[in-house]
Amino acid sequence: MKVSMFHLMPYRDLPDDFEQRYHSVWVDPPWTELGDAEKVGQYYNWTLDELTHAAKAGMDGVCVNEHHQNAYGFMPNPNLMGSIMARATNGMDVAVVQMGSTLPTTNPPTRVAEEYGMLDTISGGRLVAGMPLGTAMDATLCAGITPIEQRERYYEAHDLILKAWTAQDIFAWNGKYYQLPMVNVWPRPIQQPHPPVWVPGLGSLSTWEFAARHNHCYCFLSYYGPKAGKGVMDGFWQFIDERGIEPNPFRAGFLQLVAVAESDAKAEALYEKHMQYFYTKSLHIPPEFFFPPGHQDYRSLENNVRKGIFKSYFDKLDDIPHWKFRDFVDEGFVIAGGPSTVSDLLTDAIRKLRVGNLMVLLHIGSMPHELTLKNIDMFTREVMPRIHDTWDDEWENHWWPEKLRAKRQTTLAAL
Amino acid sequence: MVAVQEHTLSVWKNQINPKVQIAGSGPPVVFLHGAYGLTWDPFLDALAEHFAVYAPEHPGTTLGDPDGIKSLDTVWDLVLYYDELFAQLGLQNPAVIGHSFGGMVAAEIAANYPQRVGKLVLVSPIGLWRDDIPVKNWMILPLEEVVKAAFSDQNGPLAQQMLSVPENEQAAQDAQIRVTWALACTGKFIWPIPDKGLTKRIHRIVSPTLIVWGSEDKLVPPAYAHEFGSRIAGSRIEMVEQAAHLPQLEQLQRVSGLIQDFLQS
Repeated sequence: MKVSMFHLMPYRDLPDDFEQRYHSVWVDPPWTELGDAEKVGQYYNWTLDELTHAAKAGMDGVCVNEHHQNAYGFMPNPNLMGSIMARATNGMDVAVVQMGSTLPTTNPPTRVAEEYGMLDTISGGRLVAGMPLGTAMDATLCAGITPIEQRERYYEAHDLILKAWTAQDIFAWNGKYYQLPMVNVWPRPIQQPHPPVWVPGLGSLSTWEFAARHNHCYCFLSYYGPKAGKGVMDGFWQFIDERGIEPNPFRAGFLQLVAVAESDAKAEALYEKHMQYFYTKSLHIPPEFFFPPGHQDYRSLENNVRKGIFKSYFDKLDDIPHWKFRDFVDEGFVIAGGPSTVSDLLTDAIRKLRVGNLMVLLHIGSMPHELTLKNIDMFTREVMPRIHDTWDDEWENHWWPEKLRAKRQTTLAAL
Repeated sequence: MVAVQEHTLSVWKNQINPKVQIAGSGPPVVFLHGAYGLTWDPFLDALAEHFAVYAPEHPGTTLGDPDGIKSLDTVWDLVLYYDELFAQLGLQNPAVIGHSFGGMVAAEIAANYPQRVGKLVLVSPIGLWRDDIPVKNWMILPLEEVVKAAFSDQNGPLAQQMLSVPENEQAAQDAQIRVTWALACTGKFIWPIPDKGLTKRIHRIVSPTLIVWGSEDKLVPPAYAHEFGSRIAGSRIEMVEQAAHLPQLEQLQRVSGLIQDFLQS
């Protein structure tokens, strides 16, 4: 299987009473009260160093994403970070996983085609092209996209980008949201017909249909672990099965928070407060920001209201401020502990969810730089070797850059 | 109470199938509802005692027709759609009353098609914007906050009714879906700021116009009454005390009396 280190690039020093004092971590946390540009410069550099360290330590991929106006994770253009990673990992068998440019807010979307073209050429064909719909916070509140139009825009932007990469001739695009007289993207990617496309989602039926129709990799990006994710991934595989599509585990991705130390007790001592910071501060978001009316299409809305999905989701969050290390681990939100605990839990999760492309969040909330490096070292040295062979003898990963599919970086364990 | 009839129309090449509630007899009056969907209420009852009231649901907000919203994209599309709907109802130039979002639509119809609207009544309309007194974005406010801003008497029966959840689970879900989708569909024409160019066109309104505002409106501050009034020649403003965003319900007698007098004058 393929394992990538995911980084959110969060604000690491929010005040202790942040969630009491401020309405939200996203959209309206005031920069003028909370932001320190010198510190933030340090965070960006640490983030790049941590991802580079992960690549050198044997990770298969490094992964960044796009979000706006927040202290949760703020790489407003993930391709600025991605271009540094592409350059820093040249000569290594590491994928540059962009999870990625938010399609409906990048105007015109040919900009994504161009920037991904740059990343694929700079990296020598190592790009994974993530194509997110974007959260409601980013797309509707920060970028002003009309909620009921967000998904339509996404579909149109996606079709335009794919055509811009693959059409033989220059073409005119007369779309509903975008009109371009002569599309002729420079540069196109090295990977043909185009880099693998990953579609992040939160379990909505329309995203499964979309990913299946285009044969893209569906990535469930959740912070609630394999227990909560099981229902969604079971639904996904049932959906795939009903359509007679090959149930290749590599057509699915999953994000998991992971924290490794020498022992379970050591992990608790080192990581507990950073987990608490992440779930209470980094995710301090009012429900009405998540789902402005129209962000979900009518059928998804109906489905979610009838099944009580919103309610159970937000009810759960109410308890989290009281959680300890044990609660996060027992609920599966964070897979944490000594190497055997983490390896066993991860192996179990990967098998149960049937996931071939794993993304691990190894920097969590307020975690300082040195501890992050330690987590990366422990993970790549002690855990990676125990999970790495999963699926490889049974399936081929069509959703990974072709030149890297058979490659395996030398991990520290082998040194 | 008058008998209310429900009709389902097919408009816009049959792509939009709105329900229209019709009651009363007399000169025709069209009522355009706000962002939370159409509810036949005591204000419409009072109106139907003197007029033939036509209350259409905005595109997409009719139960069973959620995709109706897909064939309209802009305010201009919406105005043309209402031109077709008026024609189907056999209405040449009815009086048009619009509340909140419906007020913006009514003003747009009257500005784009001055001859289409006999008389115009705007009750707490949106459609204009001032940076110093922003209209509250109700699409991202918790319901409790909306109620605080929308009612003068926050503990009164009207406010409590808006906050109440049906006991039957299915009915509660139906209500949540209906309101969310009504906000989604009306939001298509106002997100993220409800200023879509009315300020450029509003001078074209020639209909006699009455502007009604609740003096305690915290969703669309009362100062907007003057923004509308100063742009519509010959219009009259009625500021209603002890009322917020729904003066026609919080001060039912006074507001229905004002509107009746205006329409019959």
